[in-house]
Amino acid sequence: MNYNWNWGVLFEDPYYGWLLSGFGWTVAVALSAWCIAFSVGCLVGIGRTVPNPTIRAFCTAYVELFRNIPLLVQMFLWYFVLPEILPDDMGRWMKRDMPNPEFTTAVLALGFYTASRIAEQVRAGIEAVPAGLAAASTAHGFSTAQTYRYILLPISLRLIVPPMTSEFLTIFKNSSLALTIGLLELLAQSQQISEYTFQGFEALTAATVIYVSIALIGTVIMQLLERFTFIPGYVGKGG
Amino acid sequence: MGDFDFGVIIQSLPFLGEGMLLSLWLTFLAIIGGIILGTLLALARLSGIAPLSLLAAGYVNLIRSVPLLLVLFWFYFLVPLALGRPIGSFYSALIAFVMFEAAYYSEIMRAGIQSVRRGQVQAGQSTGMNYWQIQRYVVLPQAFRNMIPILVSQGIILFQDTSLVYVVSLQDFMTSSSIVAKTEGRLVEMYVFAAFVYFVICLTGSIYVRRLKERISV
Repeated sequence: MNYNWNWGVLFEDPYYGWLLSGFGWTVAVALSAWCIAFSVGCLVGIGRTVPNPTIRAFCTAYVELFRNIPLLVQMFLWYFVLPEILPDDMGRWMKRDMPNPEFTTAVLALGFYTASRIAEQVRAGIEAVPAGLAAASTAHGFSTAQTYRYILLPISLRLIVPPMTSEFLTIFKNSSLALTIGLLELLAQSQQISEYTFQGFEALTAATVIYVSIALIGTVIMQLLERFTFIPGYVGKGG
Repeated sequence: MGDFDFGVIIQSLPFLGEGMLLSLWLTFLAIIGGIILGTLLALARLSGIAPLSLLAAGYVNLIRSVPLLLVLFWFYFLVPLALGRPIGSFYSALIAFVMFEAAYYSEIMRAGIQSVRRGQVQAGQSTGMNYWQIQRYVVLPQAFRNMIPILVSQGIILFQDTSLVYVVSLQDFMTSSSIVAKTEGRLVEMYVFAAFVYFVICLTGSIYVRRLKERISV
């Protein structure tokens, strides 16, 4: 194995800047997609537990649809297919005038895909709340909305913080798929550096180190959140 | 938007079929390799030998904190360099998938091994079995059985993930669809068709997993 080591390349102009901007895009995609994923995921997850069968069926269909198509295919559907099947004006706008088309598409695809995974966690969290609590609130004359607002959601959203941690970290990893539609995020930049300099080992190592650091920082933040949202005497595991 | 052209799909079915065979073959080999390596990692992690379990834990945590695409690029770049000759993207991708999935399978197998009650191991020891005999005849068969639904779900995820070999231009189902889409200029038809095929296969798989869970939980 003969290979010319040159770690310095990572700190040279312009490669250093490329890595930094790639990191910026990765974080931007992941955090924006998380906002969509969390809000849509909560709504769909709640929707799967409500008494109304139409809403339940619709939300189940959402989860099954988005979970059973690979994220890469979904990326392409949003990027290549959606502008074609939309009404002419909107399609043309998406293709020509939409600001940052790769970024926007990646955020939408990643957000709605992750929403289906979060919905499953939210549903599991709501179902983990002992049935007696919901029954008690009905007996007190709470409406369905009040039962969710005051009983089910405050408990279940705190119960699901640990599994949410892994979803939150997964969204950073999955954001790397944005490179397939041409967004120059972290991994794409590291590939580009390796093509320009032939220092593939260094470029990939840099990307690896940054991804691992993101995971470590994310884990620490979520652990703090976990401690903060911990329900005393409740999380003895298994409800 | 033009009319949806089924002709282009039918015309390219043999080509897409070859791609699908490669996807399934890659999934199959990666599941087998991933489960074997993952089980070894889980055993190493639970072995109680500090350096061994630290090494296994370090490996699993490292792999689980980076994207699959990065691992694919790593092996696509490293394997030819280490061997000194190109071996084609199929084997690079296969090695990458086995190494990547092993980390996830090892977490599943670890949970499976821990779900076997301690008394079983002690019973094995008291009948004079050695470590490997206990694992082979007592622990692992039960661990596998308890974890079958999760192992299968992970297999479905793995099948979806094989679409990522697109980035190293390996001609699986996804790459084939994309080749046809670009050469025929039929992006809408091909990507909708690809989504439909993946959806049907994965939905069938997840319904099967649900049945398995119900059968086991009773």
